[in-house]
Amino acid sequence: MPQRRTVGLALIAAIALLVALDVGASRPLDPFRAPAPAALGSGAAPSGAHCAAAPG
Amino acid sequence: MLLTRTGLVLLALVVAGFLALFVGLRFALLFLVGVGFGLTLEGLRFGFAGPWKALVTRRDGRGVMAQLLAIGLTAAVALPLLAAAPGELMGAHAPVGAAMIAGAFVFGTCMQIVMGCGSGTLVNAGSGNALGALALLFFIVGSFLGTLHLAWWTDLASLPVLTLPGLLGAEGALAATLAGLAAVAVVVGLRAEKGARLPQGRLFLAAGLLAGLAVLNLVVAGQPWGIVYGLGLWGAKVATAAGADLSQTAFWAAPGNAERLVSSILTDVTSLTNLGLVAGAFIAARWRRSMDAPPARPAARLVGGIVVAALVMGYASRLAFGCNVGAFFSGIATGSLHGWAWFAAAFAGSILGVRILAWLQAAPRPAAGLEPAR
Repeated sequence: MPQRRTVGLALIAAIALLVALDVGASRPLDPFRAPAPAALGSGAAPSGAHCAAAPG
Repeated sequence: MLLTRTGLVLLALVVAGFLALFVGLRFALLFLVGVGFGLTLEGLRFGFAGPWKALVTRRDGRGVMAQLLAIGLTAAVALPLLAAAPGELMGAHAPVGAAMIAGAFVFGTCMQIVMGCGSGTLVNAGSGNALGALALLFFIVGSFLGTLHLAWWTDLASLPVLTLPGLLGAEGALAATLAGLAAVAVVVGLRAEKGARLPQGRLFLAAGLLAGLAVLNLVVAGQPWGIVYGLGLWGAKVATAAGADLSQTAFWAAPGNAERLVSSILTDVTSLTNLGLVAGAFIAARWRRSMDAPPARPAARLVGGIVVAALVMGYASRLAFGCNVGAFFSGIATGSLHGWAWFAAAFAGSILGVRILAWLQAAPRPAAGLEPAR
């Protein structure tokens, strides 16, 4: 019977593995091309990647 | 215990530092906002599905009142901000449609069976609940499958996107939103038993913290707090890694979504707040020592019901343009009419879900050693 601590740690480990594999497979991270720390005042439009965004 | 608390908080800060250095400061801030959401939701036991059930079954309106307060506080800041910076910030605005309403109804039904909504499933999983973790897995699968058919569903019958700021202007939208929330509060107050109307102190605190974090999310990300997009993206990433070609699907071929698919999830807004939320829930659960409680043994029928409901809930959340966070909380707080339609449909579905859950919990046979979710 899985204990809560075991389940929580296993979940975090699984997510960490997913993130690591994804970082390896995705476009390389580039902090020098990162957006401004806050969108407000940046002058840039938001990405629009939100659950409420239209499908196409 | 102090060492554990300190160690976990430090670990979260190390992750944020890594993100700041190697991904960008904005992404580190969003992770920390997510941690704040998780700490608040788990630490102060603020939920969405549970309070709806409490109102229906026990006439306890305190949790729903706290939700309305949190949304109202967020709207009071978010709506003026959106009006002041329309090119930099966007609301959770979506069209009301037949599939959207049906999706919200089904979501409301399923979230009672799963015993956790969008944020609740992440919190349950992060706090070590085995059924919550199982539900999260199927919620992710369902969210991804929903993206594959979203355009078809949306084309069935849908109004244009209608927002209160668009109809009434910024000040009128805020007044209408607060009046609408107050009207719902009156109905909740009439339904609730005496002594179960005003939220407890912890819920007042949680409502204030959630509103602050939601506004921070909007200011940093440029968009409101959401859950489901990130989960669908995780599913799409796994499908792509398994060889699926999503470039032929309407949703993932759209430029913004295609960009997300080839970029790291560490640069995706909702993914980062979701990751932080799970981490925050884990920290809060360790902090409260709620992980030390012995797990119960749920019935096999309940486990099966949760698996199916989580899958359907994920799918329905895409049709509904969000879950309790992206549509209900953020939709209403940023003036989208779809948020109000979502609320009405999901609450109606929730009443059905409470009855189905009661039937599932009445099952006599214990199952594979998994504990029931909260």
